[in-house]
Amino acid sequence: MGNEKILEIKDLHTAFRFQDEYFDAVDGVSFSLHKNELLAIVGESGCGKSTIANSIVGLHDKNFTRVSGEIIYNGKNIANYSEEQFNEIRGKEIGFIFQDPLAALNPLHKIGKQIEESLIYHTDLDKEQRHERMLQLLDQVGIVNPKRTANQFPHQLSGGMRQRVVIAIALSCKPNIIIADEPTTALDVTIQAQILDLLTELQNEINAGIILITHDLGVVAQMANRVAVMYAGEFVEVAQAKELFSNPLHPYTRSLLQSIPQSDLVEEELHVIQGMVPSLKNLPRKGCRFAARVPWISESEHEENPVLHEVSKDHFVRCTCWENFHFENEGGC
Amino acid sequence: MWKTILRRVLLMIPQLAILSVIVFVFGQMMPGDPFTGLITPDMDPLVIEEIKEKNGLNEPIPVQYKNWIVKILRDGDFGRSYTYKMPVATLIGERAKNTLWLSLLTLILTYLIAIPLGIYSGRYQNSHLDKAVIVYNFVSYAIPSFILALIFLLIFGYRLGWFPTTGSVEIGIPKGTFAYFRSRLHYMILPAITAAILRTTGTIQYLRNEVIDAKTQDYVKTARSKGVPTNKVYTHHIFRNSLLPIAAFFGFTITGLLSGSVFIETIFSYSGMGELFITSINSRDYAVMNTLVLLFGFLTLTGSLLSDIIMTIVDPRIRIE
Amino acid sequence: MSFLEINDLKVHFPIRGGFFNTIQEYVYAVDGVTFFIEEGKTYGLIGESGSGKTTIGKAIVGLEEPTGGEILYHDKPLGSRRARKKVGYNKEVQMIFQDVLSSLDPKKRIRDIIAEPIRNHEKLTDEEELEKILTLLNIVGMPPDALYRYPHEFSGGQRQRIGVARAVALNPKLIVADEPVSALDLSVQAQILNFLKKIQKDFNLSYLFISHDLGVVKHMCDYIYIMHRGRFVETGTRDDIYNNPQHIYTKRLIAAIPEINAENREEIYKNRIKVEQEYREKESIFYDKNGKVFDLVQISGTHYVAIKSKEDLKNVENNIA
Repeated sequence: MGNEKILEIKDLHTAFRFQDEYFDAVDGVSFSLHKNELLAIVGESGCGKSTIANSIVGLHDKNFTRVSGEIIYNGKNIANYSEEQFNEIRGKEIGFIFQDPLAALNPLHKIGKQIEESLIYHTDLDKEQRHERMLQLLDQVGIVNPKRTANQFPHQLSGGMRQRVVIAIALSCKPNIIIADEPTTALDVTIQAQILDLLTELQNEINAGIILITHDLGVVAQMANRVAVMYAGEFVEVAQAKELFSNPLHPYTRSLLQSIPQSDLVEEELHVIQGMVPSLKNLPRKGCRFAARVPWISESEHEENPVLHEVSKDHFVRCTCWENFHFENEGGC
Repeated sequence: MWKTILRRVLLMIPQLAILSVIVFVFGQMMPGDPFTGLITPDMDPLVIEEIKEKNGLNEPIPVQYKNWIVKILRDGDFGRSYTYKMPVATLIGERAKNTLWLSLLTLILTYLIAIPLGIYSGRYQNSHLDKAVIVYNFVSYAIPSFILALIFLLIFGYRLGWFPTTGSVEIGIPKGTFAYFRSRLHYMILPAITAAILRTTGTIQYLRNEVIDAKTQDYVKTARSKGVPTNKVYTHHIFRNSLLPIAAFFGFTITGLLSGSVFIETIFSYSGMGELFITSINSRDYAVMNTLVLLFGFLTLTGSLLSDIIMTIVDPRIRIE
Repeated sequence: MSFLEINDLKVHFPIRGGFFNTIQEYVYAVDGVTFFIEEGKTYGLIGESGSGKTTIGKAIVGLEEPTGGEILYHDKPLGSRRARKKVGYNKEVQMIFQDVLSSLDPKKRIRDIIAEPIRNHEKLTDEEELEKILTLLNIVGMPPDALYRYPHEFSGGQRQRIGVARAVALNPKLIVADEPVSALDLSVQAQILNFLKKIQKDFNLSYLFISHDLGVVKHMCDYIYIMHRGRFVETGTRDDIYNNPQHIYTKRLIAAIPEINAENREEIYKNRIKVEQEYREKESIFYDKNGKVFDLVQISGTHYVAIKSKEDLKNVENNIA
């Protein structure tokens, strides 16, 4: 992994407006991304992981969103770029892959046209060269008959093929960063495996850094170099993938891993996290946000203003409640 | 696709046949007949009876129906109008031309007003322009068509005198000249604008919703993530997708216009099919009435076919085989 | 004892076309599957999208008419709607859906939603009904004040509980659960799965669990059916399928599941690539010339594999070894 930092995010806050009040959906997130690195941000729906992705490339509706903090790309803070400024970067230096490839493609345009579109705005290629490049891209993402596919419409392709096309679009200008927001959630497992393999393969070719947004811990375990676990707008644990899965520390990470059905003991009950994810408006803005989900842990175990602590090299955990954490049925220790 | 079109056209035959029976029977069930209006105290009822006999109105209904249909199919003869004393085909033909031109102008005006307003209010949702458009929409939706027509007549016709208030062309101008064409247009503008304003409501509302909806679609997000400039996102991606439902209704809109301008034509005394329809009902002019209903039925069926064909052209996802 | 037998079930969907809109071809959604359901057991139906697994579920609850084969309920065939009604089948077999929100009428209160099946099948007074609904809410762990609220006021997990409450209202014997947890977050999914297991014990329920998630199916099911192209490619106990998969398609599915373990990624990856390659090379042993899945062959007491002949299977093993 090249150690060159290509993106740095410092204290990012992204707030959504309800009536006239703003609520932080992303509440003070900081991280960096390196060349050829795959950073996974994992969490349940509503935790703010997709909001981070949208904030980086300014894809949210600016009338209802407020972004503060720093997103440093190429030495510049792009957090509050205008749409025009973002258009210079989007598609060219940062590629985006979406969850549902059918919805992500314009139903009325042919595949070829949709891939060529970003080349129009970001390269000096003429029409023929663009066409050439487009066919080359389709070939690169493993489409067997690029000429034929280029002339088809999205609905004529299978789910896996569509996602390959979406990847081709994201990679068309050899971006430095690829943001993949649940890229395989809508796909069958066998197709998912193919798409993820393809993504890593292509990443190595162009040395891009990938931010993978997902809720699937299996995908994270197989793909990521580094993992950030997100809960209620904050990162609660950040570590190298191998470290995180062999030595998960934060109560939330541990609870999540416990609730995955994978053991061979069928009679065993799955672990259930108590209570519910608080809604954006009711998020506790003080103290440990996970405290309400582990009521058997005494208040004194939590930090007053929880921060990420580096507990071992490159392994960060928020709050102090992990130190003496035990599951409810395990009894105190 | 041609097969499907042919099949649909052939299917129209039984549909129209059933319609013709219904129309005929209901027509006969209406009280009175074409000559009821002629009855005056000093007219001998026997004379009327004689006229009715001569015109075949005393035959049993099935026989009358048979006579009517046979004539249509054999001679292309739709009968004679009792009121206008001319062949129905000729009469409707003339009126249809008037209505056709009026409809065309109405359609163009409708889209000229509705499409930009719909797109802009959708794009700049909650802006002042958007709010103004919403108010406009409420007003044009709530106002009864005859009131609007009367107001326009009053202001632009009588007060300002910009437009003629009755008829379809100035009398005495030779056909085919430019002056004739100009006069036709002059007579059409006021009814067309009135009809257009009344018709914009649905289109604007639809388009506005479609644009607002499209803005949040993933493919628009994809386009933005590609770095496509905002204006191009609208012209290349949002616009065409938003127009789909409008295109889907296009066939119905056209035929709706052709058969549905009853109010406007009547109020502006514009001699089109709508006005003719009302007159024919009032005077029990069976031949005209029945033919018009059949024609409207035919137009509706054609409209739905036309809409389907348009859809297959504009939306690659839909293919009629 | 099995109470439900499915024999050679076929559901074919016609594709219409041509001039007379005649049937040109069929989609073989389900093409000859045989299995049975015993009391208190859970059966997993696994397959990728389009494999026909949901169609089987729908055919069993009567939402899809079988084209061939038969469904026997206590040895009585359920050919028609009337036959199903006669044996009280509709009461005994219920379904829960992946997309719960769209399966709950948004304009109805929870009380009426849960009461619907009760009102259709049982005659209870208002008080009895209310009492029953409160008991049901209690069973699914929802507070009584949920009664008069609407579906949109609840979270995904709560809605799924309401769906379950409605399904168990009539004490059914079998619940067909079509991807009941796919749309839910991990922690909520765990809750629902635990809960489904609990009420299974309480009511001696059987489940037909339709899912593409092999982890969930492994956790829930006693007996597993792997589907591909409308047919079973492999059936057996959980142990048979996960520890001794024989059909190349099963192996491919299992190899594709991302393990929650970051240690031996390389091996997992290599194994997956190997299986993929094998899948391409060995196709002729597991699928006939037209790509159809062979009939099932028994290879142990509970384990069946779709293969041309047992010899082929041995050859495959030797080759791999």
